[in-house]
Amino acid sequence: MRQDTRDKVSSALDVNAIRGDFPILEREVYGKRLVYLDNAATSQKPRQVIDALVRYYESYNANIHRAVHALGEEATAAYEEAREKVARFIGAASSESVIFTRNTTEAINLVAYAWGRANVGEGDEIILTQMEHHSNLIPWQQLAAEKGATIRYIEIKPNGTLELGNLSALFGEHTKLLAMPHVSNSLGTINPAEEIVAEARKRGVTTLIDGAQAVPHMPVDVEAVGADFYAFSAHKMLGPTGVGVLYARRELLEEMAPFLGGGEMIRKVTFEGATWNDLPWKFEAGTPNIADVIAFGSAIDYLDALGMDNVRRHEVEVTTYAMERLRGLDDVTLYGPDEPDQRGGVVSFNYGDLHPHDVGTILDRHGVAIRAGHHCTQPLMRCLGVTGTARASFYIYNTRDEVDALIEGLKAARDFFK
Amino acid sequence: MSSEEFRQQEAELDELYRDIIIDHYRHPRHKGRLTAPSASHEGLNPLCGDEVTVEVVLDGTDLGEIGYTGSGCSISQSSASMMAEAVAGKSVAEAHRLIADFTAMMRGDEGIDPDALGDLEALSGVRKFPVRIKCATLAWHTLAQALKEASA
Repeated sequence: MRQDTRDKVSSALDVNAIRGDFPILEREVYGKRLVYLDNAATSQKPRQVIDALVRYYESYNANIHRAVHALGEEATAAYEEAREKVARFIGAASSESVIFTRNTTEAINLVAYAWGRANVGEGDEIILTQMEHHSNLIPWQQLAAEKGATIRYIEIKPNGTLELGNLSALFGEHTKLLAMPHVSNSLGTINPAEEIVAEARKRGVTTLIDGAQAVPHMPVDVEAVGADFYAFSAHKMLGPTGVGVLYARRELLEEMAPFLGGGEMIRKVTFEGATWNDLPWKFEAGTPNIADVIAFGSAIDYLDALGMDNVRRHEVEVTTYAMERLRGLDDVTLYGPDEPDQRGGVVSFNYGDLHPHDVGTILDRHGVAIRAGHHCTQPLMRCLGVTGTARASFYIYNTRDEVDALIEGLKAARDFFK
Repeated sequence: MSSEEFRQQEAELDELYRDIIIDHYRHPRHKGRLTAPSASHEGLNPLCGDEVTVEVVLDGTDLGEIGYTGSGCSISQSSASMMAEAVAGKSVAEAHRLIADFTAMMRGDEGIDPDALGDLEALSGVRKFPVRIKCATLAWHTLAQALKEASA
């Protein structure tokens, strides 16, 4: 890479220094420098996060909460410190509202089972959007089928934003829940979650926001969003796989029955029954993912040091550049909002009559990793009239040069299939 | 990357996308619905969204007619076209044998006679791209199901 372009990589972040923290970015794929543009699927991990995992296993590996020995106390302190970090990072009023799960999917299922089964009944309505990831669709379809409830979908406009019309007319008499993504994983659309949630609250409708594509990429304050439930995953924001977060309003968590039963979530157990532990442990049955939660704390430290405003600014810059360059190719169809400031760092597109898988395979051989397919949003793909799209998604370490590599790879794909 | 490595990359891509595969993708054979199929089966590749529906008409123990519809990548669609061409007019038993040979080839089994597969051998390059193997075999699994339903 030439020095002069490196200096212009980003006005918000020191991308060269950041790249130095990610060992994987040094590797080659098929003899080419890795250009990783599949960050909406999972992000890469900085050395600080990898070191935190190693440090835990090498120096204070122990089970948490009940150990009377030094290792157990250290591990417990580190695990609970990570919870405090998460709470601060998302602006939660209390860390008791922060429950660790395996991933966003499990967080949503926790709500669908522990809250949904008790609060949604026959004839009730659930509102979702046409841009749901399957993880915020299937749990509600299962619940609706079981209870005889119905699901209504907020439609999308041709530009990939929600057809909201008159917000006050959105909710019906029997609407119990509104669940929607904060940012679409397929289109990048940033939805006006605060406005919709505010209207829902006026109507007494419970709300869940799938924040898997939001929290990693922009400042999110869950109290400002105002949703009853807010879910996201560690692995898309520099953390390890196997850790998700459910933020929930305390009153709801107190009313809800536990999702999973077992150790840790109980206060007193007899042969006749049990009483439940305090929040948040009531919802964390069994030995949790201690190492990965602790390392997730290091990921949050990393993002905090960069500043989420800067992360967002950098992504808007890279996304703007990518959209400009893609528009410069003949016959590229872009999906989602035209304005980069209305979308996250996700660009979905199709190139001429090339199928996204074929594009993905050729790009892969050029070292460029993108996503091709339906992105776990099959109903949305049908709305768009396609079986899939190619998707490039960016993060803190991506550069304009990497966008150029994507464009060169696309030209090669076009030439290949000429 | 050395020029030798580069040539190998290009060679592998050329192996994946042989001319005959691209030709079937651009000019599909037997594509379309049949008027009165004995059976019709829809195959889906949930991983990537490829779709192929295979329809058959049985004529005694022979495969009288075959047609397919679908959408997906070049590998999935050309494999369907090449398959339809290969099994059209064959007996059901021969079609089953071809399905077995083709899926064995895609698994990388030894002892498959490439000559017996004719043009289909061109799809063997897909084996170097493990995530694409399901694209290539989708139509074949779908045909197997359609034949099963037609014979039931």
